[in-house]
Amino acid sequence: MAIVIDMPKLSDTMEEGVISKWNVKEGDKVKSGDIIAEVETDKATMDVEVYDDGVVLKIVAKEGDAVPLGKPMAIIGEEGEDISDLLDGDSGDDAGAKKPEKESKDKEDKDDGKESKGKDDKGDDKESKEKDGKDNGKESKDSGEKPDESGADKKKKDFDPLFGDLNGDEKPKDGKAMADADDDGRVKASPLARKMAEEQGISLSDVKGSGPQGRIVKKDIEEFDKEAAKPSKAAAPAAEMIPSGESKELKVSQMRKAIARRLAESKFTSPHFYETIDIDMKRSIEARGALNELSDVKISFNDFVVKACAAALRRHPGINSSWLGDKIVQHGDVHVAVAVAIDDGLITPVIKHADKKGLAQISRETKDLAGRARDKKLQPDEFEGSTFTISNLGMFGIEEFTAIINPPNAAILAVGAIRDVPVVENGMVVPGKRMKVTLSSDHRVVDGATAAEFLNSVRNFIENPTTMLL
Amino acid sequence: MAELQFREALRAAMVEEMRRDESVFIMGEEVAEYDGAYKVTQGMLEEFGFKRVIDTPISELGFSGIGVGAAMNGLRPIVEFMTFNFAVVGIDQIINNAAKLRYMSGGQIKIPIVFRGPNASAGQLGATHSVAFEALYGHVPGLKVVYPSEPGDAKGLLKTSIRDDNPVIFLESEQMYGLKGDVPDDDDYTIPFGVAKIKREGSDVTIVAHGKMYHVAQQAAKELAKDGIEAEIIDPRTIKPFDMKTVIESVKKTNRCVIVDETHPFCGIASEVGFQLQRDAFDYLDAPVQRVTVPDVPAPFAKNLFDLWLPGPKQVIEAVNAVTYRS
Repeated sequence: MAIVIDMPKLSDTMEEGVISKWNVKEGDKVKSGDIIAEVETDKATMDVEVYDDGVVLKIVAKEGDAVPLGKPMAIIGEEGEDISDLLDGDSGDDAGAKKPEKESKDKEDKDDGKESKGKDDKGDDKESKEKDGKDNGKESKDSGEKPDESGADKKKKDFDPLFGDLNGDEKPKDGKAMADADDDGRVKASPLARKMAEEQGISLSDVKGSGPQGRIVKKDIEEFDKEAAKPSKAAAPAAEMIPSGESKELKVSQMRKAIARRLAESKFTSPHFYETIDIDMKRSIEARGALNELSDVKISFNDFVVKACAAALRRHPGINSSWLGDKIVQHGDVHVAVAVAIDDGLITPVIKHADKKGLAQISRETKDLAGRARDKKLQPDEFEGSTFTISNLGMFGIEEFTAIINPPNAAILAVGAIRDVPVVENGMVVPGKRMKVTLSSDHRVVDGATAAEFLNSVRNFIENPTTMLL
Repeated sequence: MAELQFREALRAAMVEEMRRDESVFIMGEEVAEYDGAYKVTQGMLEEFGFKRVIDTPISELGFSGIGVGAAMNGLRPIVEFMTFNFAVVGIDQIINNAAKLRYMSGGQIKIPIVFRGPNASAGQLGATHSVAFEALYGHVPGLKVVYPSEPGDAKGLLKTSIRDDNPVIFLESEQMYGLKGDVPDDDDYTIPFGVAKIKREGSDVTIVAHGKMYHVAQQAAKELAKDGIEAEIIDPRTIKPFDMKTVIESVKKTNRCVIVDETHPFCGIASEVGFQLQRDAFDYLDAPVQRVTVPDVPAPFAKNLFDLWLPGPKQVIEAVNAVTYRS
C-alpha cells in the first residue's frame, strides 16, 4: 500500500514549507527513520523523516517548490505499485506518461550494475572508443542500423555503462529520461578537477564542464581561473547595485513571509507604547571587566541586559505575560528571546529559564544559539516559547530605537549603544557611560506605570550588577 | 656497447653467466644440435658441450620437472620453451613446484631456475599458439615475471634472472628476436627487477606498455606527436615485481593514463595497473584510465580477424584521444 508523504508541521507558525533538498530520488529504497528531504520553514531548515519502509515511487514536489502543510511531497510504496489513483488531483503531471519513464530508469539502474561487471568480458578498447569518441545521440540511432554487427555485439551496444539503454525503446522520444538520469544534482568532475577546485577555492557548481556528460576536467578549472574568476569577483559588489531606471524583484523567502505576517499582525493589533530610560553603565563595565578575567566565555553587555531583564521579569509578572484575546496569561517561567540578525531576516532564539541561569551560561547559550541561527540549524523548540524579547542594535551605534513586540510577548526591550557622555556627579561634570533602553509594551496587558516599574528594576540591576546575584 | 639482435643479447647473457658459474646450464627442445628453434642458443653447444646444453624430448612436463629437481639440488637451470604456449603442458611443475617449494619448505629449498621462451602472438599461428601469459604467471605468488622489449634490457634482465635464487618466467617474442639495439658489453651488466624505464618523455598522457606492445605504443606516440600530443611511455620491463611508483609519478604529471597490454582484459596486467592507479593517484586523474588489450576471445587464425584482434597504434591513439578528451 503506497503512502503519501505530506508536508509535516515542523514549527508552530509554519503554513508551508519549501523543499530545499531531496536526499532521495525516485526508485530509491528508504527505510523508517531515513531523512528523505530538507524543508525550509519560516524559521529554519528542517529534516523530514519517513516512518515507513519502501521505495520512493514519486517525488511530487521538486526542490524549490513551496508545499502547503498537509499537501503531498512524495509517495512511498512497493516497487512497481500502481499509484495513479494517488496522483490524481495531487499533481498536474500526467501520471501515465511519467510512469514508464521511471520504470525504464529503474531498469537502467539495475542493468548498469550488471553491465559494469560484464564490461571487461570484452576488450574494452573498442568500448572506450564508442563511449568517448562519438556523439551519444547519434550512437543510439546508428546502433540499430549497422549491418556488420553480430547480435551479441549489438545487444552490448544498446547498453552503454555510462549512458544506459541506448536503444531508447522505453524512453520518451525527446530523450527526457536521459536528461533526468544525468540531472541527479551531482556535479560531475574528474578527481583532479575536484582537487584543483578545492585548492583554488572554486565552487564546482560555478564551473561548466566540457567533458562527457558535462564532466568538469582539468582544462575547465584552468580556464575558469583565468576568465570566469575575474568577472565574478568584480561582479560580486556590482550585483548589489540596481542600475538607474531599473528595478529588481526578489523572491520572498519563507522567513520574510513570517516576519511580514507576524510583525504586521503585532503592530496592527496590539497597541504599542514606548518608554525610554537611560542607564549608567559604569559599574556594569567594571563588573564585566572583572568577570571576564575569570570567565572562560567572554560575557557581553547584552548578557548583562538579558540577566537583568530576566531578574526583573521574575519580579514583574505583569510584563512576563501574554494577551490571549479573552484573557491574560502570566507565565511562571522566564524565557528570554534574543533577536539575531541572519541572512535575509532575523530569528529570536530563546534562553529558557534565563532568571535561573548565570551570566556565563547565558553568554554560552546565546553564542551557541546565535551561531546555529545563522546556519539555519535551530530546532523549533529553540526559537519558540519566549515570554519576553530583547533586541539590541547597540553594536551598530544606534542610540535608541523602538522595537515591535514579538507575539505572544507583552513587551520587547530595544537596547541602544553605550555612549560616552558628560554627566553631573556631585555637582561636577565628569565623563560617563550611558545606555538607553526602550521598552515597547502591549497596552492591552501592560500599563504605563507597570512598564516604568519594570524599567526601573532593569536599570537598578544593570547599574548595580551585584544585586543580580541575589 | 654493441648493436646486437635481441636473440644475440639473450645469448650473450646466457654465455656470460655459464662462463661465470658452472652450475648454470640450459635445456629444451632443439637448443643444442639445431642451435635453437629461433637460433638463440647458436654456438652454445660448441662452447659448453652436451652436459650443459641439453636437447630434450617433446615433453615439457618432464623437462620442467627435471629443471625444478636440478634447481633443488643446487644447479641453476635455464629451461627454454619453444614457446610458452607449450609450457602449458608443464605448468604443474612451474606453478605447483617451482613457485611453491621455497614457501612450503619454510625457505630451506631454493629454486634458482629460469623458464624462458617466446610468449604471446606472432602472426597467424592460431588460437593455441598466440597466448600472452604474463598475467597468468604474474598471478602466482612465488614467480617473478620479466618481459623485456629491447635487446639491452633483455641482456641485463636475463642475467639478473639467472643469478636470482627464485623461479623467473622470462618472456620473449618470436617477432622481436631480430630486433636490433644497443647492448652493453659489460659481463656484469644486470638490471634490477621492479624498475621501470621512462623510454619517451611527454607531458600529455602516460602510456604504460611492455614487451611487444611497447613498440606499438612508440608508433602511436609518433603519430600523436604530429597532433601536438606528447605521450610519456613507460616500459615496466618486469611484470612482477611491477614498478607502480614510476607510473604513479608520471600520472601525477600527465593526469591521464593508457595501458597497452597484449593479455586479455579480464584479470589482465592493465586491470591491476588501472586498479592501483585509481587507488594511489585518484586525485591526479583527469580522466578514467583506459586500456588497450586483445579482446576476451582467443586469437583468430584468419588474417582479417587477427588484424582486428591484435591491438595496433590506431587503438592506442583512440584511447589517448579518449583520456585527453579529444574527439
